[in-house]
Amino acid sequence: MTRPSGAHPQHLDVLATGALSTVQDLGRPGYAHLGVPLSGAADRGALRLANRLVGNPEGAAGVEVTLGGLSVTVAGDLLMVVTGAPCAVLVDGRPTGPGAAFVVRDGQTVSLGTPTSQLRTYLAVRGGIDVPSVLGSRSTDTLSELGPAPLAVGDRVAVGSERDAWPSTTEAPGTMTSVTEDVVALHAEPGPRAQALIDPGVLYDGLWTVNPSSNRVGVRLDRIDADGALPETRSDGGTVASEGVALGSVQIPPSGQPVVFLADHPVTGGYPVAAVLTADSVDRAAQLVPGQRVRLHR
Amino acid sequence: MRELPAGRDALLLDFSDEDTPWRSALDVASRLRAAMTGGELPTVTDVVPAETTVLVQAVPGRGLDHLGLHRTLRRTSTPSPIAAGDPDTASASDEPVVIGVRYDGPDLDAVADLAGLDVDEVIATHRETIWRVAFMGFAPGFGYLVPDRPGPGRLDALRSVPRRSESRTSVPAGAVAVAAGYSAVYPRASPGGWHLLGRSDIALWDVDAQPPAVLTPGRLVRFEAT
Repeated sequence: MTRPSGAHPQHLDVLATGALSTVQDLGRPGYAHLGVPLSGAADRGALRLANRLVGNPEGAAGVEVTLGGLSVTVAGDLLMVVTGAPCAVLVDGRPTGPGAAFVVRDGQTVSLGTPTSQLRTYLAVRGGIDVPSVLGSRSTDTLSELGPAPLAVGDRVAVGSERDAWPSTTEAPGTMTSVTEDVVALHAEPGPRAQALIDPGVLYDGLWTVNPSSNRVGVRLDRIDADGALPETRSDGGTVASEGVALGSVQIPPSGQPVVFLADHPVTGGYPVAAVLTADSVDRAAQLVPGQRVRLHR
Repeated sequence: MRELPAGRDALLLDFSDEDTPWRSALDVASRLRAAMTGGELPTVTDVVPAETTVLVQAVPGRGLDHLGLHRTLRRTSTPSPIAAGDPDTASASDEPVVIGVRYDGPDLDAVADLAGLDVDEVIATHRETIWRVAFMGFAPGFGYLVPDRPGPGRLDALRSVPRRSESRTSVPAGAVAVAAGYSAVYPRASPGGWHLLGRSDIALWDVDAQPPAVLTPGRLVRFEAT
């Protein structure tokens, strides 16, 4: 990822990455039949918003930052924006807001604090992040290990020239209100193997809580104590033939603890998919923090 | 063919009621992919054949055009050779990809025991069968091969061999394996629960090639002892 300086006058030098910072665009559609996951931004809506606010095409690459902590020094004067999980945004130590584009001058440092709610913050820069594209995408796929490695301290990433016209607005009205409900609502549609469950309705009864082992592949849901039953598969329905898995699929393994498949989900699965989240709810699911409470709605 | 719901942006077509579900799935997937690459089904990004199904996935949030999909399915319902018009997929008449194998895998004896064959019969049966890539998954470039044309060997016995009771944490790249009626070649080192018959030097996956996988759905494959 390191480039010779001078080849790209505009670039970011990574000083700190937090828990996980990866370059993400809208993923690599079109290769699933060859075993390649979609990947891309876990919260696709937040990345698209970020790109719109700096006048990029919606699919330009930005940085997905999990639980904050990214710090970069910029070379060149740049227009940047932060969306997704709201966090402190500091330019040379001076606060600026998320959800609104801001100018960063050559040599200044941009640092992101820990989100006050939600999980994943997106940093976009006008022109997009320019790392080598693999199968049409600059995304890091953590499952298939395609695309660039996660950002590391010392990396230099170039800023590209993927610019549209200057945006008519550089501020997101009202869209940066954080998801602070006690219980996050996720909307699901029926999945192909709902009938493999003895009672698919169990999924929609009571509350779930987000297991800490959740990642870009999927969000694992546990029951809150005695809050409700786990879905049980019929004696003949515990495994299904290997079949394609849609983004947002809610898969029920034999343990009964659902897995909601996010961006780096596998192409095929072997356990029944009882429900599929809507695209908006996939974005919300990608922002769930371990321990947060969730209710599924149909 | 049954249609099973898969949310607003996808649909699962199920062929499990048909005689050879994988062949029906492969055929429909090839026709849908050809239509897709020809500009029909504009919101559809992926058509994924699997063991008994085809997943049709549209851009997340754009919604699947069910009417357009049905129109395409009707228009292309005339039986056609597998993959006609799909640039990623070889047609039925294509020559098999030949994969050279050193049959020295650690599970040869176990497979022979499970199949009730001797090791030479296992190898001969594996070599003499013409396989076809029914579908892909598990990892980029990992093709699930099903027998397309049996040779003179004991194919039924070989196909009766299940997965290993314990998965290996690492199987080397190029490992040639069988399990549950399938054969496969691991495109790169990964965990794996299939029985290993041998090793091949073939490079199955190259992100700079188009398509990036040597094995694509529909391709014929033949194994040769080296």
